[in-house]
Amino acid sequence: MAVERTEELVLNMGPQHPSMHGVFRMVVHLEGEVVTKIDPKIGYLHRGIEKLAESRTYPQFIPYTDRLDYLSSPHNNLAYVLAVEKLMGVEIPERAEYLRVIFAELARIASHQVMIGSTALDIAGWTAWSYCFRDRERILDMYEMTAGSRLTVNNMRIGGISNDPPPGFWDALKSFLDDIPEMIEEYYGIFFGNEITMGRMKSVGILPKELAENLSITGPVIRSSGVNYDVRKADPYGIYDRFDFDVPVLHGCDSYDRTLIRLLEIKESAKIIKQAMRDIPEGPVMAKIPKVIKPPVGEVYHRVENPKGELGFYIVSDGTTKPARLHIKSPTFVNMQMLPLISLGWKIQDVIAIFATIDAVLGEVDK
Amino acid sequence: MDTLNNLFLIIAAAIRGLFADPHSVWADITMDVVAFLAVIIIIVLAALVLILLERKVAGWTSQRPGPNRLGPRGWFQTIADALKLMGKEDVTPANADRLIFKVAPMIMFSLPLMTLAVIPYGKGMSPIDLDLGIFYFLAISALSTLALLMAGWGSNNKYSLLGGMRAVAQMISYEIPLIFSLLGVVMLTESLSLTKIVEAQGVVPFIVLQPLAFVIYIIAGIAEVNRAPFDLVEADQEVVAGPFTEYTGLRWGLFFLGEYGNMTAVSALAATVFLGGWQGPAILPGWIWFWLKTGLVIFFMMWVRWTFPRMRIDHLMHFAWKWLLPLSILNILLTGLGIYIYQLIPRIGG
Repeated sequence: MAVERTEELVLNMGPQHPSMHGVFRMVVHLEGEVVTKIDPKIGYLHRGIEKLAESRTYPQFIPYTDRLDYLSSPHNNLAYVLAVEKLMGVEIPERAEYLRVIFAELARIASHQVMIGSTALDIAGWTAWSYCFRDRERILDMYEMTAGSRLTVNNMRIGGISNDPPPGFWDALKSFLDDIPEMIEEYYGIFFGNEITMGRMKSVGILPKELAENLSITGPVIRSSGVNYDVRKADPYGIYDRFDFDVPVLHGCDSYDRTLIRLLEIKESAKIIKQAMRDIPEGPVMAKIPKVIKPPVGEVYHRVENPKGELGFYIVSDGTTKPARLHIKSPTFVNMQMLPLISLGWKIQDVIAIFATIDAVLGEVDK
Repeated sequence: MDTLNNLFLIIAAAIRGLFADPHSVWADITMDVVAFLAVIIIIVLAALVLILLERKVAGWTSQRPGPNRLGPRGWFQTIADALKLMGKEDVTPANADRLIFKVAPMIMFSLPLMTLAVIPYGKGMSPIDLDLGIFYFLAISALSTLALLMAGWGSNNKYSLLGGMRAVAQMISYEIPLIFSLLGVVMLTESLSLTKIVEAQGVVPFIVLQPLAFVIYIIAGIAEVNRAPFDLVEADQEVVAGPFTEYTGLRWGLFFLGEYGNMTAVSALAATVFLGGWQGPAILPGWIWFWLKTGLVIFFMMWVRWTFPRMRIDHLMHFAWKWLLPLSILNILLTGLGIYIYQLIPRIGG
């Protein structure tokens, strides 16, 4: 007699899977198509960056920060150099401050474009993906003009910024900013306004406000759960207090809002860059700092608003040229906690969409 | 023009004329073989053109050039791809159910061969003219579920199994509105023969009389051939490549060929049943009209594929059972009512 037997299907997704961003791996327990348990596995991209910092001098470590969140490398540079500057008590020239803001916000736009594009791709919107990447290309070109590299920009220095952008940069920036309303309309038309997209993402993967706060989630993810928290406003760094911009907050708590908020943030970032372009003074871009950087003994923590959330660098200095200890508080590592908690009971397709909306960059999660 | 219109009929007659007795059994068998070869050529040519067209359409919609390296404007790309596939190692997974695993692609490939054989490509140009054409077509095309399930089960891979199960759920659900949408046309022509259906569209194609049925047919047809937004079976973001995950080289190529063959068959049926088949203004030969209409439907499918994201499995089922099925039944009802009123008019008048 045949014995009827049912069992849970344990599916191993990743680290080599078409929809896993980077080398994330999750072990998914399935009851048919419904997810009953998720076991996220991280660490496939662990390079020991925090330990490496202890054997590098302060300026030598800047290129390593590029490799954390490689989709918005200027932000990582910025967070690190701001922390070192805070430790040393360096004042940097005005022009460098403005350039830092411009690059940081450009990186935010580029990162959000990747996020929207790859989320679209994860629910099979191929064309939306290529629109986003087509526009991101223009930002990468601007990086290339200034710093020479397209992904790992590495143009922030302790005490300023590596060099003044060439004249062509400003024209490219202006025409890019002029095209942003059109881009947003295009993304909306092909992706956000689509009935299937709404069906796939609206009220899927609810992250309640309380849970988001308890998990200390930051960035666009918590702002789409109705919490108005942005480091640029809560604890302004650099010259962010001089700009007039809004922090978009949505209350849907679902995958759709987590994606839509990125579109709204692109708009705000463009607003900031426009103001910075208007106000930027002439002058040097590097402060006078000693050749050999030896911060005083002490410890410092500095945080910035990375496109994915709150990025912080904690540095302990023992008065030598190398940090005694360096710790990175990376936003997506923290945000990743929500995945196993909020995706239970959803279909496997929804989990892919929920994972995409965290916008995880494994370089940053695994460090 | 007449020669051009009947070009293939003349060729067929010439081949038959080679025999001493044109109506002997041997002549009939030869003609069957010729028809079979013709269908194979149609599928291979269609796949050759369609794969390139698909990639070009994908390029155009996403604002990039598409393949443009090999040959003039990249026209030889598919040939290069096919050669590459032939060179690949044929791998059978160690724990696969070998027989099922190996038979599945053959079934998949044989289905469009069987369905495309009954399509009238021009006046009197059906390779095989069946009185039950539509019925036969639907019965055969439903079998592709079997091929996908066999591939999904035989591969002994979890992704393949999920894809195979999705194939069963999806294709059986969409089979029903697909069949019901064609019933309206059958009621109008009172025939299941595709030749008769085309001949009945001399004045107006049935898309005018059956617009709702056409829309339902196209939607269900896209789902039937597993193309986006209904490509859950091979959704690479979720189940890698669904039932095809473990296939390599020519076996995978056979699946691919079968998929494009199925797409051609579904579009050809749409052209035959709703768009008037080979009927058209006499400026072009009938068989060219037929392929133009089929091409239009295929282009539409590609356009949709590269524009829309994928649906979720439960929405997909809701859509079939709660929208398409009631609408197709409504369409049958309206058609019946229309025919009844149409038959009533002469009685009232007389």
